[in-house]
Amino acid sequence: MCVCVRHWAGLANILLPRSVQGFCTMKLLSLLCLFSVYLVVWSNNIETKAGQFFSSGHTNNWAVLVCTSRFWFNYRHVANTLSVYRSVKRLGIPDSHIVLMLADDMACNHRNPKPATVFSHKNMELNVYGDDVEVDYRGYEVTVENFLRVLTGRMPPSTPRSKRLLSDDRSNILIYLTGHGGNGFLKFQDSEEISNVELADAFEQMWQKRRYNELLFIIDTCQGASMYERFYSPNLMALASSQVGEDSLSHQPDLAIGVHLMDRYTFYLLEFLEDIHPASTANMNDLFKVCPKSQCVSTPGHRTDLFLRDPGSVLITDFFGSVRKVELTTETINLTITEEPVKERPMHGDLQKERQSYIDQLPVSEIIHQQQSRVKCKHVLAAVRKGHHEIQQNGVAMGRNCVSHSLRTQWMLCVRMTFSKRMSITFSLLKPVFFQPIKVTPNSICAIEA
Amino acid sequence: MATTDVEHKRGQLAALTMAAVVIVVGVPLWWGTTGAQRAWLPVSQMKQLSKLQLQLRVDVEVVFARGTLSPEQQRKLPLTQTQHEEHVADADTHLKYSHETTYRMATIMEEDALNRPTAAEADVSLHMLGESRFGSIVAYVIPESSPLLPEDVSVYIGQRRTAVLRIGTEMRVSKTLTQFLFQLELRVKQVLQVMSVSHADIITVSDRVRHRPGYRESSPEPGLGCKADGVAFQSSPGYDITFSLLNPDPKSHNLQWDIKGAVQSYIRPLLTKLAPVADFSVDSQILYYATLGVNFFDAGLNGYTLNADSLAHVINPLEATLGSNAASSNPLLNFVLYVPDAHHSPLYIRSHRKQGVASNAFHSARWGGIMVYNVKAHYGPHSECPDNINVNMAKVMGVFLAQLRLMLGVRSPEISPGFLVAPRGNAGLADWELDRLMWSRSVENIAKAATTISSLAQLLEHIGDIVINEDIGQQLSSSVTALQLAVAELQAGKLGSALQYSKAAVLASERAFFDPSVFSVSYLSDEQKFAIYIPLVLLFCVPVLLSLLKMSSEASQRVADDSDARIRMPRWTEEHSNIST
Repeated sequence: MCVCVRHWAGLANILLPRSVQGFCTMKLLSLLCLFSVYLVVWSNNIETKAGQFFSSGHTNNWAVLVCTSRFWFNYRHVANTLSVYRSVKRLGIPDSHIVLMLADDMACNHRNPKPATVFSHKNMELNVYGDDVEVDYRGYEVTVENFLRVLTGRMPPSTPRSKRLLSDDRSNILIYLTGHGGNGFLKFQDSEEISNVELADAFEQMWQKRRYNELLFIIDTCQGASMYERFYSPNLMALASSQVGEDSLSHQPDLAIGVHLMDRYTFYLLEFLEDIHPASTANMNDLFKVCPKSQCVSTPGHRTDLFLRDPGSVLITDFFGSVRKVELTTETINLTITEEPVKERPMHGDLQKERQSYIDQLPVSEIIHQQQSRVKCKHVLAAVRKGHHEIQQNGVAMGRNCVSHSLRTQWMLCVRMTFSKRMSITFSLLKPVFFQPIKVTPNSICAIEA
Repeated sequence: MATTDVEHKRGQLAALTMAAVVIVVGVPLWWGTTGAQRAWLPVSQMKQLSKLQLQLRVDVEVVFARGTLSPEQQRKLPLTQTQHEEHVADADTHLKYSHETTYRMATIMEEDALNRPTAAEADVSLHMLGESRFGSIVAYVIPESSPLLPEDVSVYIGQRRTAVLRIGTEMRVSKTLTQFLFQLELRVKQVLQVMSVSHADIITVSDRVRHRPGYRESSPEPGLGCKADGVAFQSSPGYDITFSLLNPDPKSHNLQWDIKGAVQSYIRPLLTKLAPVADFSVDSQILYYATLGVNFFDAGLNGYTLNADSLAHVINPLEATLGSNAASSNPLLNFVLYVPDAHHSPLYIRSHRKQGVASNAFHSARWGGIMVYNVKAHYGPHSECPDNINVNMAKVMGVFLAQLRLMLGVRSPEISPGFLVAPRGNAGLADWELDRLMWSRSVENIAKAATTISSLAQLLEHIGDIVINEDIGQQLSSSVTALQLAVAELQAGKLGSALQYSKAAVLASERAFFDPSVFSVSYLSDEQKFAIYIPLVLLFCVPVLLSLLKMSSEASQRVADDSDARIRMPRWTEEHSNIST
């Protein structure tokens, strides 16, 4: 399609200087234009039919989801980000391809009446925190510098794989930002801000290093459209919750939690994404219609002039999901079995080595789900106190989940939690029981069971 | 009156000194300390690199066996012949291929080797005679009557860098030597297309690395280009390979796989061969109770089927359980062997046309491959306790090796009729395939390093705030040098060292580009700059400026007074002269 257009444009260019006089040229040009429009429409129809699946040249999907504000009253920003996280995960982007940055830990906030949860809907209907959140950058790690480093790939060599955006020239990247912003900037952590120029430069550096194939940028903040004004790199598509001079508004106030649970734009965005499944054919034009002014109060904006494809042919799942392209393996190599004598493993003297293993993990997620049934919780607690249950030292699991018993005797295992004196004593008392692997021999099992 | 004059003078002097200090010391100091640090860079060279101009030289040795040339022709045989081929892909890409052909007669040892009963044996013994260089090719021309090749085969391509050509009828009928050589040249060209660097490969690679907006539309065969190079990984200094055995049902079968031995005997030879291209690290794991997470369709007695449509959704849920090596950032290749549980067994992959797949395996671009391995037939008669089952590693590795070849970008070339290609053997890779890979990898590396460097140059020009310290300057210079060396080595036909230089160039350029210190958050908008400088400048400069203004107005006043006086003077003289006359 583009070839056609370029071809005709080129022809027009050649014709223009050589042509006899203005009138004739105008006629010819308008004819050409008409024809090319016809061609475009015609080829467009064919293209949309001919397998939209292969229209995007990407082989993998990445998502960078950032919440930039901290403090309890910004609960909604964390909820926004977590719900987008849930959606992309549901649509198939694995945790290894999601870089999640949360500036505050609402689930473990002292003012959270329901610890270990973050709700996105009124009346505590939908817990977006769940049991399997992998936060890559948290708290004070969420800085402008770290965010730009993630984008540009300029990391210290010691950075683990999960904190990197290891995208290549065939990656489609979704970047979602939410927080408080103004005309041309977005605040990070109430202490610094990223400007639209810096962001545009970062994207240019990504493009120069071929770190993306196509990039979708979504921002839910006040005056969001100002953030994508300065972009100049190709293959970028941008959406924002509000125009310059407008505020983005919140949604879903909750009386029990005491704050708003979401922002309007993200709320309707997620409502839209709810209907998307990995094989759905909804395209970007449908996404642009999300949250009209009647719902959003602000006017959502989008920018597509840098994007090379027609938004109508870009599937939502090109960015929000990850559909792998697979091929059946038809070629195999016939290997001859090498008849090597099986080497005897060198025999060590200590064959009678005692086997050490860990006993079952503390069923943390069960405890969270069965919070209401206090009896069960008590039972577990009692079991823990007696030392019958042991948990394997698993810092990640502990960090992600909070265990709560009741408000009176809060017994939390948050890593970032500040322990009061009494608690730390409890903790240290429990520690040997919790973190020591014990030798499992038939005798010791009997001992525990007894 | 005099004291005020002195005061006035002193005030003027003070203001002037202050202004001088500001201009001589303050401004350069401010300029020097607020600008971004920039080490010296070979900018002009860096910018030149945006153009890819390469000359690739392939050495071809054509050896004539006894009975192919008459004594007179032998005498007239030219020593060498060079052929050039030039391609201008676009304004920035010039590719030149030169084939240096050397002609000679076979030595006695080679004659002996060519007299072996089969082509495979001849190939082995020819290889024993001498070490062949990376990227070079030896073509042996044998008489038409030679029993070495089967009847319908005219060209045999060996496992190494040799090919055996049988003289065809069109060569036999040609009268003069030049005609004969011309016909031979055509044949050799066909061989080179299979065994050596091909323009299509190079152009796909360089387009992929340097793709500009809209390149896909303008490339001549978009579908082909995208499909062919989409599967393979990008060139990287290292790859991590993980073999995983998924056993969702350890209650019914206890699987034993000798992965250590299999890697040693089937994968290691390939990786050793590929050592000049990249480093590899291999590990393996067994995952219990890991499922594929898609629905299988019950196909009755024949077992269960996994449709091609659902294959795309298999990988993502699986990937969460596979884990990865946290310490390295190299591309990760996963090879998964899935043994279905007893209730869903046997399990077969069906293609879109509902046909079975012989390998029962599939692969995903830049990810790896998955193979389904059925063990139901191996269950013992009493299935109460788990059966010990040994996995047939030769079968499994045959599939994984083929997938690994695909992932690394080894592509089987199209074979024209009359050609016979020797089977790859246990190494899974012929020497000439390695050469092809090395050609495209060196060009890819060169293009990649050049793009990195030239885009960094562009960025530096465009974004003024980027800091470049001495270390990065050195990295860039060394990268540019390595790049030039790589290009020169390619031109000289030294493939091995060209690849090494190109790797060094990529490493250095990436290190420079991704260095944590190349990072600017020092961007400030004009309003911010104004807000920062105004308090400093106002306090200090306003008094100085005002006094300077005052001084200048005073000075102009004085000048005006002087000129007034001078204007009056001639009038007076005029009057005076008038009087005198």
